[in-house]
Amino acid sequence: MSNPQALQSGSRHDLRTDASPDAPEEDKFRDEEGAFGYCHSYETASRYDGPGLRVVLFVSGCLLRCTYCHNPDTWHLKDGTYVSAEQVLRRLGDFAPSLRDLGGGLTISGGEPMVQLAFVRRIFAGAKAMGLHTAIETSGFLGDRANDALLKEIDLVLLDIKSSNPDTYRKVTGRDIAPTLRFAERLASINKPVWVRFTLVPGSTDDPANVEGIAKFVAPMKNVEWVEVQPFHQMGEFKWKAMGLDYKHYDTPPPSRELVDRVIGQFRDAGCNAR
Amino acid sequence: MKGSAALKQDAETNGWRSFQAGDWSTTINVRDFIVRNVASYSGDEKFLAPASQRTKAVWAKLQPYFAEERKKGVLAVDAQNPSTLLAHQAGYIDRDNEIIVGLQTDQPFKRAIFPFGGLRMVETGLKAAGFAPDERVHEAFTKYRKSHNDGVFDAYTPEIMNCRRSGIITGLPDAYGRGRIIGDYRRVALYGTDRLLEVKRQERAQIDDMWPTDEVIRQREELAEQMRALADLASMAKLYGCDITQAATNAREAFQWTYFAYLGAIKEANGAAMSIGRISSFLDIYIERDLKEGTLDEAGAQELWDQLVQKLRVVRFLRTPDYDALFSGDPYWATECVGGMDLDGRALVTKSSYRMLHTLYNLGPAPEPNITVLWSTHMPAPFKRFCVKVSKDTSSLQYENDDLMRPYWGDDYAIACCVSAMRLGKQMQFFGARVNFAKALLYAINGGRDEVSGDQVAPKTIPVTGDFLDYDDVMAKFDMTMEWLAKTYVHAMNCIHYMHDKYFYERLEMALHDRDILRTMAFGIAGLSVVADSLSAIKYGKIRAIRDATGLVTDYQNEGNASTPQFGNNDDRVDQIAAALVTSFMEKIRKHPTYRNATHTQSVLTITSNVVYGKATGNTPDGRRKGEPFGPGANPMHGRDSHGWLASCLSVAKLPYKDSLDGISYTVSVAPQKAHLSETQLIDEATKAFDLYFRRGGFHMNLNVIDKETLEDAVKNPDKYPQLTIRVSGYAVNFVRLTPEQQRDVISRTFHGQI
Repeated sequence: MSNPQALQSGSRHDLRTDASPDAPEEDKFRDEEGAFGYCHSYETASRYDGPGLRVVLFVSGCLLRCTYCHNPDTWHLKDGTYVSAEQVLRRLGDFAPSLRDLGGGLTISGGEPMVQLAFVRRIFAGAKAMGLHTAIETSGFLGDRANDALLKEIDLVLLDIKSSNPDTYRKVTGRDIAPTLRFAERLASINKPVWVRFTLVPGSTDDPANVEGIAKFVAPMKNVEWVEVQPFHQMGEFKWKAMGLDYKHYDTPPPSRELVDRVIGQFRDAGCNAR
Repeated sequence: MKGSAALKQDAETNGWRSFQAGDWSTTINVRDFIVRNVASYSGDEKFLAPASQRTKAVWAKLQPYFAEERKKGVLAVDAQNPSTLLAHQAGYIDRDNEIIVGLQTDQPFKRAIFPFGGLRMVETGLKAAGFAPDERVHEAFTKYRKSHNDGVFDAYTPEIMNCRRSGIITGLPDAYGRGRIIGDYRRVALYGTDRLLEVKRQERAQIDDMWPTDEVIRQREELAEQMRALADLASMAKLYGCDITQAATNAREAFQWTYFAYLGAIKEANGAAMSIGRISSFLDIYIERDLKEGTLDEAGAQELWDQLVQKLRVVRFLRTPDYDALFSGDPYWATECVGGMDLDGRALVTKSSYRMLHTLYNLGPAPEPNITVLWSTHMPAPFKRFCVKVSKDTSSLQYENDDLMRPYWGDDYAIACCVSAMRLGKQMQFFGARVNFAKALLYAINGGRDEVSGDQVAPKTIPVTGDFLDYDDVMAKFDMTMEWLAKTYVHAMNCIHYMHDKYFYERLEMALHDRDILRTMAFGIAGLSVVADSLSAIKYGKIRAIRDATGLVTDYQNEGNASTPQFGNNDDRVDQIAAALVTSFMEKIRKHPTYRNATHTQSVLTITSNVVYGKATGNTPDGRRKGEPFGPGANPMHGRDSHGWLASCLSVAKLPYKDSLDGISYTVSVAPQKAHLSETQLIDEATKAFDLYFRRGGFHMNLNVIDKETLEDAVKNPDKYPQLTIRVSGYAVNFVRLTPEQQRDVISRTFHGQI
């Protein structure tokens, strides 16, 4: 982290100012108990990330390196602040009555929440005790780690499937696709509600065959309530720049309305409930 | 109740036919008339009608004026004749098509002068607009007649002059009309001026036997003035061929009589804020009667509203460049309240509440009238949804919490200016602008010296010594500074309002009040979030004081925890500091007796002056740089409410209304919705969000639904956006008529991603 201040002003990602950039990744990180974990930031009024009004907690640490990631400042555990689950829940409690009024709840995003499995489970359990709806946004790459104890606390999984083609997936994320698909199938088998999210990046993921593959894979799954096509945007560009990272998408435009409609159409034609 | 001798026969059979009688029939009591006769409406907006041909014709006539005004500014001024009820002949826009008539002068967009407030303002305003001051007016107001402005400066002390100069107390109404008084203009329609005169004569007769103390003599003189004003008002109406001595007999007359009363008020006074009150549900009663009698249809009803609103959109006062820097875009706060509940739990929402909002579609968005929704969580759901839809489409509405105000002010209050509630005809306010709270904190740190000029403005006290600021030490010093400031502020206000009553008495507006009224004296603070964040930085960070050669602290550096709690994130560590400051300053204000025993109140409101205040204020301990604007009203500082609108509005909702009864202003801008919600879902969700905010004790919400890109484009291409309206603190404004600095300020504010 070259200049943490650069991200502070006007950013909801402001908890990170206390992070120490040179600490070793694993220092203080003991996930078995989940009493402590690394949180990057939170936002209090999202309508994108689940039903109703959401508090979204962004935790840090991710094993993927998506080329278009809009939160590259959450990749490393130490990008977050070391906080207790109790502290997170106390803060969540400040908003719980409002969230209940507005039929919403807590969404944990990141980063990859499943990096800090026990910590996340503890927070979800606390949120459920407050009567909140819970959702996790995940790439599914660590889906094998998600035990039943965790899934019991989660009402909705926002599952990012970036591609159906193993080569494209690797090119875009640097990782294998198989764990994600396995996780999706497991969620289908236990009938856990899922919103599949697909990021549409012109020149990377917009190939009709790629879309077709995801659509065919998802269409038979009755637990998938929505397939959400998320148009690529440049809101993460300033972070790549500030962090001195090699950003491959300076010249990538957001997808045109026509392209978005085409992709949504492909999903619908395959029988998905897409938007 | 019929048969009272006071009732005129024709009013019985004519003006009041088929109304349910009550206390209002024998005494002046508009509230009683409304609750006995109003027809609550709980349906949706489908009944609304488009603009009529006549409305369109009048509107078309006005367009060239609007266009020229955007280029040129002030189009015309009558510099010779000081404005009074009878100073000008009748004026028209398009006589054949106007169904509601009456202009401030004899021509549209010709402004009038008000030298009784202060000659200097008049002459500065004239010169700035490119017109020559009139020699005879100059002679009259320098040789023969003293103005309010002259009087105030006779009474000010050197200390007050210093405070005024340094900018710690500014915007005081000491050179122009104080405004913030709402005549109960509806009385003219319901009773006619003859009946009102008769009641004033009775009120006067009751005090003939009282021993003539200052107060009694003043009251007798005021009542005499009020009666003269009512007679003049009737003569003014006669110039337009109308007899308003008797009660209105149909809807058109009720609109016209009410408007004449308001027009009279703006011919007599040039207050910054000249609210029209709460007329829609009152006038709806007349419309309902005409609809039942078959003499009016929905198109005709809408036409009355559209044409009344057209009149309110062309009201102009002559201001000075200094004034425009504070409040730009020619606002005059013709605030009209719609909605709310009555004390019996019935909604005061009528079809005319809808019609008033619908003018924003028929005529396009605009700042005036300053339409204010009195939001109650109990209002019918279709009306709530319609309000939200109008906000989404026009960004022209503000919302205030009726459930919070009703216990204080009953169910027939209206809003003066932006956020000041007052019971109609029973209450008025002595307006007092605001103090620069951030500057006061810097004075505390610097032993009473001004951080910009270095002058000793406040009494000399021990400044902060040592390299780092200590919270308890700064708080103790700030407490003393606030004590001094409160005392000086009340002192100045007493001088101002004594002289205003003496030299620039609002005789017509007060004629439309009861004789015995509640007076409030409205104090205000600007920069609350800057002060709260600064104190939080001192408490939770480690703030080094940086001094210049003379020992004056001119800058601050945080060498401790960089992320100290900031107001606007629902964080009690700082939110409670802000709330306690409001209470603390109010308590200090209350210690000092007021002119005419007015009740002390306070607002957290800046309007657009947050820019000017910021400009005059040095670096602050929260990291705000010298000259940077404050957050408007009670808003968090720009960009610091970084966790979304929910956290932001929950912080503001914590400020105590009981200690800021003059209102707490909060402006929110959200980008147009991009989430996967249909328009209906979106409006439902936003309605729930409003209920949530107001149920948690929020007082006020200005809602803008717009994105930064549109505003940036409007800066570059103003002609593309002639009617682009946005809400700033407490009022709406034509964006393209803001000063460049204010435009930058609006764009730099926090835009939340979604509702």
